[in-house]
Amino acid sequence: MPYSFDWSSILRAWPYLLDGLGMTAFLVVVAMAGGIVLGTGLALARTFGPKPLAVAAAGYVNFFRSVPLILTIFWVFFLVPVVLRAITGDPYLTVGPIWSALAAFILAESAYYCEIIRAGIGSVRRDQLRAAQALGLTGFQSMLHVVLPQAFRNMAPSLVNQSVALLKDTSLVYVISLTDFLGAASAIGQRDGRMVELYLFAAAVYLALCSLGVWAVGRLQSTRSRHA
Amino acid sequence: MDYNWDWLILFKQSVTGEGLYGVMLLKGLGWTLVISLASWIVALALGIALGVGRTLPNRWVRWPVTVYVHVFRNTPLLVQLFLWYFVVPELLPPAWGDAIKQMDSTLEQLLAVLLCLTLYTAAKAAEQVRTGIESVAAGQRQAGTALGLSTLGLYKHVLLPQALRIVIPPLTSDFMNVFKNSAVALTIGLMELTGMSREISEFSAHPFEAFTAATLAYMLITLAVVWLMRTIEVRTRVPGLLGA
Repeated sequence: MPYSFDWSSILRAWPYLLDGLGMTAFLVVVAMAGGIVLGTGLALARTFGPKPLAVAAAGYVNFFRSVPLILTIFWVFFLVPVVLRAITGDPYLTVGPIWSALAAFILAESAYYCEIIRAGIGSVRRDQLRAAQALGLTGFQSMLHVVLPQAFRNMAPSLVNQSVALLKDTSLVYVISLTDFLGAASAIGQRDGRMVELYLFAAAVYLALCSLGVWAVGRLQSTRSRHA
Repeated sequence: MDYNWDWLILFKQSVTGEGLYGVMLLKGLGWTLVISLASWIVALALGIALGVGRTLPNRWVRWPVTVYVHVFRNTPLLVQLFLWYFVVPELLPPAWGDAIKQMDSTLEQLLAVLLCLTLYTAAKAAEQVRTGIESVAAGQRQAGTALGLSTLGLYKHVLLPQALRIVIPPLTSDFMNVFKNSAVALTIGLMELTGMSREISEFSAHPFEAFTAATLAYMLITLAVVWLMRTIEVRTRVPGLLGA
């Protein structure tokens, strides 16, 4: 007997699924913001920092790019409470999985964002920096007002691409039982014995969201080539 | 910090009677290597075929390949794994589905992981190969056609020999990603390196030694991949190209 589909679980469970989607969105937005800020710092350190700082930043990036994200999530999930207990002296302190997940994503994604931002900074002509200095801007001012605005414009498509990858990666919080969209779909599917429908639905939603990102990348690239 | 580091934990017997913790970790490493290398080799071959398919003039080939690549690149790997493991056996003809469910559970997990990693990685590789083929100067394609080469001859003698060498550096990161992505296998119970280190951390109450060992193993794998691809790149470099 072929499988008979029953999609009604999804209709009944939609508030729960929506909560899960909200968690996914929260993780993506906060990890993206944190990752881009930290990634910019790392990229500046790698490009303009003194030698020891540049080497340290490169080591950081290579470390996080060679370790699976799931392992990073485990590391943070187990290590952060131990460190915080040592700092605060409170032996019963606990850290929710949501904060561990965020910390892990920011640490790992900043390594990926760093490489994109570094390429973006590299695409700005050196004359621009010289001109900024000639105008009497400080190093910080010339970064903030001259180099970074141009760099970010050049790398916008890559940043959106990386954020689509981040959206896909957030589903890995499943391993620390944090209920994001996939976790919610999985829970409902197991409860109702409807894993087929729920996982297909989850795949369709992720596909739609990522396709939106891919479309945005295409738009950004065509606008840029029109202005170039 | 009041954490007791004890590296000798890896040489202690597991509380579950599975042998030394260190040996368990090595078994996990073995799974990681087997899954990743097997998936990579098939994915590379499939990715080259699909990448060529995306650049062919025939749209009955180009469209299905484009859809495949888009779908597999734009859904989370974990969702794909759950689809292969939980969903596909239900949708197959019942006799097949039952045969799969009656298999040895490790074999069933292995099958799902291999399918998942291979098809995901092939979609990524296809995209790199397509970019590589498109980056070979358009004049070369026209020159080949002008010389009277068939489509097959054009790809075999002009486009692929150049494109495949150009894509070696971008393929390096895909190759590294297979090893990292193989960690998702733990979610369906296949105890590869990350899964094993997690299990050891539960049993031994020494999470950080287990995670450190796994982390070092992944870093060594990454170094080995970078070295291997770099060697291939240098050996096959296209004369006269910058950056090659």
